[in-house]
Amino acid sequence: MTHTSNRTISDAVTAETIATAGEVAPEAVARYAVGLGDDALILAQRLGAWIAHAPELEEDVALGNIALDQLGHARSFLTYASSAWGKTEDDLAYFRDESEFFNRQLFEQPNGDFAQTIARQLVASVYFDGLYRALSLSADPTLAAIAAKAVKEVDYHVDHSVQWLLRLGLGTEISNERMQRGLDAVWPFVAELFSVDPLSENLAGIAVDPASLQADFDRVVLPAIVDAGLTVPTAPAARGGGRSGVHTEYLGPLLAEMQVLARAHPEATW
Amino acid sequence: MSVRAANTDEGTVDEAGAARFAELLANEQRVEPTDWMPEGYRKTLIRQISQHAHSEIIGMQPEGNWITRAPSLKRKAILMAKVQDEAGHGLYLYSAAQTLGIDRETMFDQLITGAAKYSSIFNYPTPTWADMGSIGWLVDGAAICNQVPLCRASYGPYGRAMVRICKEESFHQRQGFEILLHLMRGTEAQRAMAQESVNRWYAPALMMFGPPDDDSPNSRQSMAWNIKRFSNDDLRQRFVDMLVPQAEILGVTLPDPHIKWNEERGHFDFGDLDWTEFHEVLAGNGPANTIRVARRREAHEDGAWVREAARAYADARAAEAGASQKIAS
Amino acid sequence: MRSSRGLSHVHAGSLHAPDETMAVRNARDLYTRRAEGVSIWVVPASAITASDPDARGAFFESPQGKEYRHATYYTESDAVPHL
Repeated sequence: MTHTSNRTISDAVTAETIATAGEVAPEAVARYAVGLGDDALILAQRLGAWIAHAPELEEDVALGNIALDQLGHARSFLTYASSAWGKTEDDLAYFRDESEFFNRQLFEQPNGDFAQTIARQLVASVYFDGLYRALSLSADPTLAAIAAKAVKEVDYHVDHSVQWLLRLGLGTEISNERMQRGLDAVWPFVAELFSVDPLSENLAGIAVDPASLQADFDRVVLPAIVDAGLTVPTAPAARGGGRSGVHTEYLGPLLAEMQVLARAHPEATW
Repeated sequence: MSVRAANTDEGTVDEAGAARFAELLANEQRVEPTDWMPEGYRKTLIRQISQHAHSEIIGMQPEGNWITRAPSLKRKAILMAKVQDEAGHGLYLYSAAQTLGIDRETMFDQLITGAAKYSSIFNYPTPTWADMGSIGWLVDGAAICNQVPLCRASYGPYGRAMVRICKEESFHQRQGFEILLHLMRGTEAQRAMAQESVNRWYAPALMMFGPPDDDSPNSRQSMAWNIKRFSNDDLRQRFVDMLVPQAEILGVTLPDPHIKWNEERGHFDFGDLDWTEFHEVLAGNGPANTIRVARRREAHEDGAWVREAARAYADARAAEAGASQKIAS
Repeated sequence: MRSSRGLSHVHAGSLHAPDETMAVRNARDLYTRRAEGVSIWVVPASAITASDPDARGAFFESPQGKEYRHATYYTESDAVPHL
């Protein structure tokens, strides 16, 4: 059997290359990276649940690609973060409790129907796009490298969400209604993305100021919603607090499922 | 896809076409969609390719079941990529079947109404993580034994789809083997999990090659048509010969006391399989038959409004483009 | 699909999509999971005009017997360097 060509083995930054490089993250940087890693991990966990349940086989493949990209980003951030405490990505992913997860609440919101997933992906992808673009200029070279790889992938995720936003918004009456409901469901969690990140304090030049991302986000997302024949929701913002370990009721069950096997065998490696 | 239909009128005998078809097979050449082919050949291929496609699609479920619970992030990524590959392989195969004049909607309908068959192996449940290892090592291993010869199947689009699939699947068996290897090198509970899983999957994997040759009525014709290249029993033997040394490396025991090297034959002997069980599962009485089909049906029905929206959007845009062209002229 | 710069596009496979925009994306997701391509073209099946398979003989007969179009036909100069 011929094995796939080496073209796939590239110099891209991955969890493996970061672990091998052995760069130890300063503790403050590590705490910031945990928040970034949790955002990507929780979203990837959500998206992974779509595989084999998507509306079309083509979409199984598409959502799978996006979930894999995000899982890759999560693994890079968490691997780098874990170096500060002599741990691994899996120690962080599987052996922290709910209040020790620092993801923004948007990412733990349930998949809902396809429209709600697209609404969440639209917000998430445009947010990540701005964040990673800014982070690729970070004074911390590892964070910058992770972000530089991620931003190219996220560009495509934005396109995927926008294409579906248009089709669902302008498709049929039913799809328009569902897309609007999807946007309404995730909108309360948008404001938190641009609120103060307590994990980024004292990291000037290294961390990205979330407030600085809002203008670009609005410039992309708001007209896209209108172009798709939909209304920008006006729902008040949720309380937030993800970066301080405060979560909606959805995170607990997600973690219970994700961690169940690893915690049943705390001594095991896999 | 509209490929010019092959001459499929059963009534008409296209003697020149038939002669050309026989010549292609005799010269080990490929038959292409536009060539004349016997109706039976076409039907056999549609059945086999669509069943194969369905198997890939249904096969996403037993493993998809563990994506959200994979015990490490690396394993989660590998599993996601693998299940996603299976969707891709299903798509390659549906495309190949379409060149024979059946459309994907029809095939998919046959799947979700329970009319079509798919590989029985996917009607077994995956209660433990070790099953991800067993599926990769045993199920994908058996599938690869079956599939590598299919890369030379006489029907061009099928052979080409199989080449792509085999290339991509080369990682599937290895990752399964490595899952088991890690379990066997792990804690006592992990080793027990691996052995228990191999016990469950061994016999069903051997049955994937189909019934014994003397009980396989369609095999002979398929071999004459160069669709099937080796008999069920030959492939099964080849598989067992591969498994025994691999099991030794893993340190798992294959659940068959009759496995023994036969110097004279140059092969491993192995015990008889319980074919009543095989036919039960095939007949739809397997542990997970109804769940598998129902889940795929549910996904399809839940997604109907999405597909409709995409179609409506495309139609509206095409109409708009048509209208603006008219204005321009 | 173009596998890398400098090579021509080669047929990779078929797929379903509601429109051409999604077709390119579906092709990207389905056929480039292992970095197989740097450029993709999609064409609706209905836009393909093919040669008539039944006229294969007549259509492709002409080059047969015109071996003099190939360098290998000219054996007398075999031993001559740089020719």
